[in-house]
Amino acid sequence: MDLLRKSAIIPGNLTGALGRAVLNLLQELGAVTLFFLRGTVSIFRYPFQIGKIVQQVFFIGAKSVFLISVVGLFTGMVLSLQGYYSLAKFGSEGVLGGVVALSLLRELGPVLTAIMIIARAGSAMSAEIGIMRITEQIDALFTMGVNPIRSLISPRIVAAVISFPLLTALFDAIGILGGYITGVGLLKINSGIFLSQMDYLVLLSDSINGFLKSLVFGLLVVTICCYQGFYVHTRNGGHGAKGVSLATTSAVVSSCVGVLISDYVLTSFLI
Amino acid sequence: MRTPLIEFRKVSKRFGDKVVLDGVDMTIYPGEVTTLIGRSGEGKSVTLKLIIGLLRPDSGDILYRGRSVSRMKRAERERFRREVSFMFQSNALFDSMTVRENIALPLQEGSRASESTIRDRVERKIQVMDLEGSGEKYPSQLSGGMQKRVALARAIVTDPDTVLFDEPTTGLDPVRKNSVLSMITSNQRDYGFTAVLVSHDVPDVFYISNRIVVLEEGRILYQGAPQDLEQREDPVLQEYVNSQEILRNEIYGLRSARWLARAFPRLLEDADSGGAVLLLISLPEFHVLKEQVGHLMGEMILGSIARIFYRVSQSGESCKVARYLEDRLVCLCYSDTENIDPDQLLRDLAREFGSMDFCSAGMRDRQANFSVKGGWDRIDGERSLANMVNGIERRMQHLGNVTCRGGF
Repeated sequence: MDLLRKSAIIPGNLTGALGRAVLNLLQELGAVTLFFLRGTVSIFRYPFQIGKIVQQVFFIGAKSVFLISVVGLFTGMVLSLQGYYSLAKFGSEGVLGGVVALSLLRELGPVLTAIMIIARAGSAMSAEIGIMRITEQIDALFTMGVNPIRSLISPRIVAAVISFPLLTALFDAIGILGGYITGVGLLKINSGIFLSQMDYLVLLSDSINGFLKSLVFGLLVVTICCYQGFYVHTRNGGHGAKGVSLATTSAVVSSCVGVLISDYVLTSFLI
Repeated sequence: MRTPLIEFRKVSKRFGDKVVLDGVDMTIYPGEVTTLIGRSGEGKSVTLKLIIGLLRPDSGDILYRGRSVSRMKRAERERFRREVSFMFQSNALFDSMTVRENIALPLQEGSRASESTIRDRVERKIQVMDLEGSGEKYPSQLSGGMQKRVALARAIVTDPDTVLFDEPTTGLDPVRKNSVLSMITSNQRDYGFTAVLVSHDVPDVFYISNRIVVLEEGRILYQGAPQDLEQREDPVLQEYVNSQEILRNEIYGLRSARWLARAFPRLLEDADSGGAVLLLISLPEFHVLKEQVGHLMGEMILGSIARIFYRVSQSGESCKVARYLEDRLVCLCYSDTENIDPDQLLRDLAREFGSMDFCSAGMRDRQANFSVKGGWDRIDGERSLANMVNGIERRMQHLGNVTCRGGF
């Protein structure tokens, strides 16, 4: 009898749990969207926060230049090596320049740039805002009549919109340079062929698609990372320093997953 | 009739299952210092956060100048934020900003003052709060007391009409605590703002407060003048009023006057069998003695007398000593009184007083003489405690003169 009762209950429990999980997910998505909209609307409120935006562009953008350059260079170099190995099987080594450029512009540039910025700036953003929350600094802003979302989130959204495409462009350029060094310098492909194939295969739309992706990734990353920090006090299973560490981890993981999922969705529309 | 500045109307707030405020009605008047007291977790900080708008009530309404805080229009809300300032219990200083930047922030964000005006006002507050030399330091480089002063400076830099202080003296040493309390009163006097304080510093806050609000189990137990609070007979309120006296008496093994008032009627039940004796010990020059040897030494002498009584009576179980008045001790013996000879007890006490070295210690180089008197009676079940004490006082005998050297 017990067994029968259990077997009748367990599917019900599972359905309930699944339903609650879906509802929670939808609720969370709705909250993130509202958070993003409030941050975006506040950008256009006077007085504009030029100083804070410049600070954030410096933090997200300028301070990431070295990291992006190194990662871009080696990504281009390894892409060239792998591409040569694959293309040589078909006797098509000549198109290496085009393959490297297309891969970087359309896919690897925006995605790897976003992941690098998540690791360097996204986690820091989440931790900084989270600590401000748990030490009541955000509440203090509120009591001073300062809109915390306008003051903390809006400048970061603008900075992400500016920095992500620029860093992606840098990643692409240095990646292509890395590919050129490996392809022409090490693998002895003719420089003219490498460049002409690149010129022939790459269209303006490829660059535009890549920049569109980087723009979307920027908005996604900054929203998720700031949201996790801003609402750290509402998290289950961790308060104080532990809550901040969980929020930071969650911000990094959610942003990376979000970037990869949205990359697939965007690619399927833009291809 | 005075118009309230802030009014709580049937405000309730709960967190999960815990009801923090349960239909609270509270009034705060302009230009006054109102202090919220209560045990930890009774909703004092929540009350302040409800006023400033960091939390919203589950039901009821909060009015500021007659307007509902939750239904204010944008312009009204902005004016409200300019008029009301909040000092957090944790200070909530911006850790990536210097002291100067922290104090300047409310002016930069909330006013249209010029840079030079902001600089002047910040410097003035730095001076007033005794923070010179710390302007370029970060909060983490300051002591707890200095952080409190920075938070206080930030709270009043905009010259707000109302300041809400959430435990402004917690964690401070007594000197700093008194200086923060005096800073609040002097600023309140100078600028005329309304102050709402949450504090555990009873009875210190009684001296600076115009009104006291006592929160207990989600309800307001008392709101009114501190002087009236002292007259209330509610045991919970008396616990707040006499918290220090109760502690002091506990240390010296003395029962409180409240305990005496509660215990006496119970003894009347034993009165028919003649089973209860009341002894009175009085120090007629106690006030003079305290002036000479200091308050602390005076209290220690009284405590010593209680201990001597316990020793000579050898009946700590059945006899208890309580402080009837400032200078009078009442000893109640309420069982096995056939074995107690009160006259002999008083003679033993007198002998002990003669051989006892009460002071000869402390920082003061003073000498004081005081006399001890005593008397007793059997509790007869007809007379009240006050009547019995009056009767004993009329026929008290001199137990001895004591000399005390030293004092605190």
